[in-house]
Amino acid sequence: MQTHQAKRVAVIIEAVMQSRLTAAMEDAGVSGYSVLPVLAGGGRSGNWTREGQVGRGQGMVQVICIISPDKMDDLLNKAFAVVERHIGVITGSDCEVLRAERF
Amino acid sequence: MDGMLALAADNLLSPIILFFALGVLAAFARSDLSIPEAVAKGMSIYLLFAIGFKGGASVADHGIDGTLILSLLAGLVLSFAIPLVAFALLRIMTALSVTDAAAVAGHYGSISIVTFVAATSVVTGAGLDSEGYMVAVAAVMEAPAILSALWLIARYDKGAAQMDAGLLREILLNGSIVLLVGSFVIGVITGNEGLDLIAPFIVTPFQGVLCLFLLDMGLVAGRGLREARGVLKPGLFAFGVLMPVIGSCFGLAAGLLLGLSTGGVVLFMTLSASASYIAVPAAMRVALPEANPSIYLTLSLGVTFPFNLTLGIPLYLAVATLMTGG
Repeated sequence: MQTHQAKRVAVIIEAVMQSRLTAAMEDAGVSGYSVLPVLAGGGRSGNWTREGQVGRGQGMVQVICIISPDKMDDLLNKAFAVVERHIGVITGSDCEVLRAERF
Repeated sequence: MDGMLALAADNLLSPIILFFALGVLAAFARSDLSIPEAVAKGMSIYLLFAIGFKGGASVADHGIDGTLILSLLAGLVLSFAIPLVAFALLRIMTALSVTDAAAVAGHYGSISIVTFVAATSVVTGAGLDSEGYMVAVAAVMEAPAILSALWLIARYDKGAAQMDAGLLREILLNGSIVLLVGSFVIGVITGNEGLDLIAPFIVTPFQGVLCLFLLDMGLVAGRGLREARGVLKPGLFAFGVLMPVIGSCFGLAAGLLLGLSTGGVVLFMTLSASASYIAVPAAMRVALPEANPSIYLTLSLGVTFPFNLTLGIPLYLAVATLMTGG
């Protein structure tokens, strides 16, 4: 089956910033994304866990999207503008997709 | 003095405090006891719904008067003003940056609905009446403090705060406020008839759910204290204990000026003494991301919340009783 080159971008970001990030992604031409909960973590800001949380002041989510390589730079710039001042990680990797026209 | 000590002792041996202590101890002992996030959120929704509805039903029973409007206004003014006092105190007592001090100050102008719920429980247990609309005062006091914190930042560090229409909408329409105010309004509309219909759900189980919720709060507070040990310098800790007492004085003054009942004064003092750890942290993460969340969360949840729960509320009850002759 023929596959096509694409880019997979995964952003781990504070849950309160999720809507702003997905808005930036849509602005960059992302056709779809998925949001996954992050259960716990640790880093320079200390350790945390979702257990017992009643607010969104703590906690992270992971937003994943697939995008065509030519839109990657614009997406990274717009995503970085959201993440820059916050706790978060932006990663990009190569991937292959079956229906390139959807990305 | 003896009466105050007896009150404190009674409070410390109440189920809600003991379950909170159990949570803290379990966290310190690194037990794997945990309350799933969805369950904690469910209990939070239940408590907000129950306290809002009961407050509204009480207002329907007693009627709406001018004191309600004045109490709401007083709460609004205090929520704007207390962060300014907290900020000044932090700049004197600690070495916090302007950003961190403003973020912390915002928490102390807002309220802790769980502390309010616990105080309501203590007031009821003491056989005191209180104005049902204090729930609405709690809702009104939740958000303005955030705006005060952002104003402080804008004054001292222009450009540091991120405020846009989306954030303002999130602050004013956050879930806690919507549920609290909405339940309150529905309680006012349906009155005691509505309360009778759902009493088996919101009256009888209330204390038990509160115990479980405070168990979870104890776990969260204990975990936070354990993780953020290095953050809690003596000056910060002292602020976390002193500021609620100072805040309670503002609530006392407001309650006395308004002529509230003894129970109402206690609740106003508690609202003014409490610090947010739900709505304000979320707003601060968006608007002031440079502020260190370990500082404000550890202070509000790890120091002020336990202080208010164990010693603060009995203190406010004793002082209010003394001042109102109730």
